[in-house]
Amino acid sequence: MSSAKAADTATSAPTAPRSRRRLLFLIPAVVFAGAAVFLAIGLTQDPSRLPSPLIDQPAPTFDLPPLPGRDDHGFSSKDLGGKVMIVNFFASWCVPCRLEAPMIQRLAKEQGITVQGIAYKDPPANVRAWLDELGDPFTRIGLDSSGRTAIDWGVYGVPESFIVDKRGRIVYKQVGPFLPQDFDDKILPILAKLRG
Amino acid sequence: MRWLLLALLVAFATLPAHAAVSPDEMLPDPQLEARARDLEKGLRCLVCQNQSIDDSDAPLAHDIRTLVRQQIEEGRTNQEIVGYLVSRYGDFILLKPPVNGATWVLWFGPLVLLLLGSGLLIAFVRRRSPDAETELSEAEQERLVELLTDEGREQGR
Repeated sequence: MSSAKAADTATSAPTAPRSRRRLLFLIPAVVFAGAAVFLAIGLTQDPSRLPSPLIDQPAPTFDLPPLPGRDDHGFSSKDLGGKVMIVNFFASWCVPCRLEAPMIQRLAKEQGITVQGIAYKDPPANVRAWLDELGDPFTRIGLDSSGRTAIDWGVYGVPESFIVDKRGRIVYKQVGPFLPQDFDDKILPILAKLRG
Repeated sequence: MRWLLLALLVAFATLPAHAAVSPDEMLPDPQLEARARDLEKGLRCLVCQNQSIDDSDAPLAHDIRTLVRQQIEEGRTNQEIVGYLVSRYGDFILLKPPVNGATWVLWFGPLVLLLLGSGLLIAFVRRRSPDAETELSEAEQERLVELLTDEGREQGR
């Protein structure tokens, strides 16, 4: 037909060596793969669970009044340190707190860990009723009616729990209820290490 | 026209009609109150996570608003108040993430990717496009016309 083909190859610009062109093709693929890995890891994270800036810091100062009828003197920062403790923020109006109540019992009774409770924005009568119903694993209980102590601990929901080491430093934060898998995978190993 | 008005009305109705700050939270001094409102518009409500504490009705937002106002009345600076909250909740409580080593990917990543991509694209296109247009000879020009127009077809070629 036409001789356009021959004319074309004669006047076209010299192209880059083949191997270099192939390399250029790879670049978008590599960038994409990199981004894909990054995003995949991101998808496994839960963005609503905030990491705590208080890890490895000394626990905040606080002094909370007791639950009437209990013979502790409330719960203050002076009660921390000396041994490994768990500080558990809970409330009777909190549904997930009910879920984790058996875990807390396990921690206190089976493992012999001192669990301190902070009742968040909860009328004393309701706290009493909750303990009567679900059991009382706590060594001390402090009432945080204003929620100000919770803010000092960086708490933004209940339940949240903190593992505090022998020096009174926060070592681990659990956002949300303790779940059985967290227990065996994370909590028990940490506690074992701290008690070491 | 009516539909347009209705659509606009619905669109505006979905905007927050008021801030969550209630009259009993407000500070008596209007300047201090304005400062408080300003501060809280930059703080994230950690319960809702997509609203500022100025907009959020959550109890925690209310507590933090109260805390902000208390600290303003105590004479703390904006930096001190924000620092107080960031040291407890982390950078996430700021609606605008700070620009530091950990967040430069967030801030500059898209721009860098755009520049990289554009650069590659330009380099790639330059290599591919021919440097000179091939000129068609007279005979080829005529042939082209024949192929493309009705005239050519009619003449049965």
